[in-house]
Amino acid sequence: MDFVDIIFVVFALIVVVSAFIVVFSRSIIRSAFSLLFTFFGVAGLYVLLNADFLAVTQVLIYVGGILILILFGVMLTTNVVSVEIKTGTLQTVPAAVIVAVLSGTIAGIFWFTEWHTAPAREGPTTKALGTLFMTDYLLPFEIASILLLVALIGAAMIARHERGTEGGR
Amino acid sequence: MIPLDYYLILSALLFTFGVIGVVIRRNVIIVFMSIELMLNSVNLTLVGYSAYLGDPTGQMLVFFVIAVAAAEAAVGLGIVIALFRLRRTVNVDEINILKW
Amino acid sequence: MESIQAILNNPYVFAALMALAPLLWILPYALFAIWFERKVSAHMQDRLGPMRTGGWHGWSQSIADLVKLLLKEDLIPAKSKHGLFMLAPYVVFVGSYAAYAVIPFTSAYVGSEINVGIFYFVAVSSLVVVGILMGAWSSNNKWSLFGAMRSAAQIVSYEIPGTLAILAVVMVVGSLSLQDIVRAQEGWFWNWFVFGKFPFLFIAFLIYFLCSLAEVNRTPFDIPEAESELVAGYHTEYSGMRFAMFYLAEYANMFAVSAVAVTLFFGGWQSPFGTFLSGPAWGVFWFLSKGMGFIFLQMWLRWTLPRLRVDQLMYVNWKVLMPFAFVNIIFVGLWMMIAQ
Repeated sequence: MDFVDIIFVVFALIVVVSAFIVVFSRSIIRSAFSLLFTFFGVAGLYVLLNADFLAVTQVLIYVGGILILILFGVMLTTNVVSVEIKTGTLQTVPAAVIVAVLSGTIAGIFWFTEWHTAPAREGPTTKALGTLFMTDYLLPFEIASILLLVALIGAAMIARHERGTEGGR
Repeated sequence: MIPLDYYLILSALLFTFGVIGVVIRRNVIIVFMSIELMLNSVNLTLVGYSAYLGDPTGQMLVFFVIAVAAAEAAVGLGIVIALFRLRRTVNVDEINILKW
Repeated sequence: MESIQAILNNPYVFAALMALAPLLWILPYALFAIWFERKVSAHMQDRLGPMRTGGWHGWSQSIADLVKLLLKEDLIPAKSKHGLFMLAPYVVFVGSYAAYAVIPFTSAYVGSEINVGIFYFVAVSSLVVVGILMGAWSSNNKWSLFGAMRSAAQIVSYEIPGTLAILAVVMVVGSLSLQDIVRAQEGWFWNWFVFGKFPFLFIAFLIYFLCSLAEVNRTPFDIPEAESELVAGYHTEYSGMRFAMFYLAEYANMFAVSAVAVTLFFGGWQSPFGTFLSGPAWGVFWFLSKGMGFIFLQMWLRWTLPRLRVDQLMYVNWKVLMPFAFVNIIFVGLWMMIAQ
């Protein structure tokens, strides 16, 4: 077994196990911190796939941004005293059927299709990505930046605690 | 080199976990985390294709997905917090005032 | 001898050794810095500080403290979440140690010569926030939680102008690799980037320095652990070895941000006087002494300035540093365009 294979197996295990904990853990805080390992595992896989800039972006945005937001969300909405056990046993059977069909379909497609591949490109990707951002993908790039601005203002508006309304605590 | 299929199966597994989370969990924040899992699995697929085709376009798409995910996280959690303030709960099956 | 050579030639062993090398610096540095901080604070307040332990000026005080921390009982609060509580200090330390992977100590040594170096540094330092939130939430203590909430808000907000300030340097150099950034500042000290594109990179340096202070929770931005309000902030419940881990991570982080400031704006391992005393070995000397200069500056500020209030903190970030950082980037870009 090659060294790269071992690294792949390790990261794949981290991703799968931590994703399992995210979904099935009874403690929401454990789910949230487990998500940290999922994001890191995915970043590690990006490095293996030769996407160095993207791997660092993954850590920066997901771990440094989204995960912190989720943690804040958890902390602001959890009643510390109440224990949360409900996992929704009602829909288990239909859920199992749907999920089995869906994952079977996806895995089958992935496994039985003959993907035609080209030799992988080694080396840094930063320059290629920068060029693409400024040429072919300029419009989506600008739209994404406007989207982020709108989201920023919108989120601040929604979450703001307005004085004199009924919702106060 | 690891075959592309391995990455794809891994991302299918991750996506499945995400779907399970959305379907069976009641806490809206866990639903939210499951959505992030699904987005990550799609990103993994895109980066896998990008690496095995020697074409950085797949990575570009991932950047836009990440941007949308960040926007979604900010607005989504804002809504969750506003909801919690009004209803004191974040369980999706208790938030049913629009149900007729 | 030959077998040692053979072991060293094994790439995995070599990688492991390279990864452990920064510890050779961090551990003695942390011991020194703890003693030094006490002496600096004492002298600034017209006291003597530790004098008894060891011989000259109580030099072994921090060694004694270390032994004490190692021997102390490791208390775990009964109502804490045990797993997360025990994990948190290590997450914080991993976050600050991982940053050392890209810091160029000299022209010949950098843990990992990756071409996204500075971006990686910005990204992994956010791991510290997760560790702090983890420790605070699992402690089940309101002071811890307050401290961590403040800390997270502070670090996440100050990351933005700090990164924008770094971006100005990256624009000038055209590379994200820290070694490339150092090499671009070759020659005498007026080639350093603090003086480059005057005054824009100097403004960038000021913004970066303020943000780095906030990122390592130093005064005047130490509201996360404000002793007079929050007991000790996020590590209130920690003791013994785990507390030592938090402490070590804090000092490691202080040096990491100083090292990045040195690399970006003060020529890194370059000698200030052209080729005078240059070379890989002297590079280490210059790099570490510049870094220690910044450590002293941080201590100086800590014992001189009062603490900001939370609202002042946010005001400084969003309404002062952020616009300045943006305008600064625009001007650097214009300069680059006109100079072409």
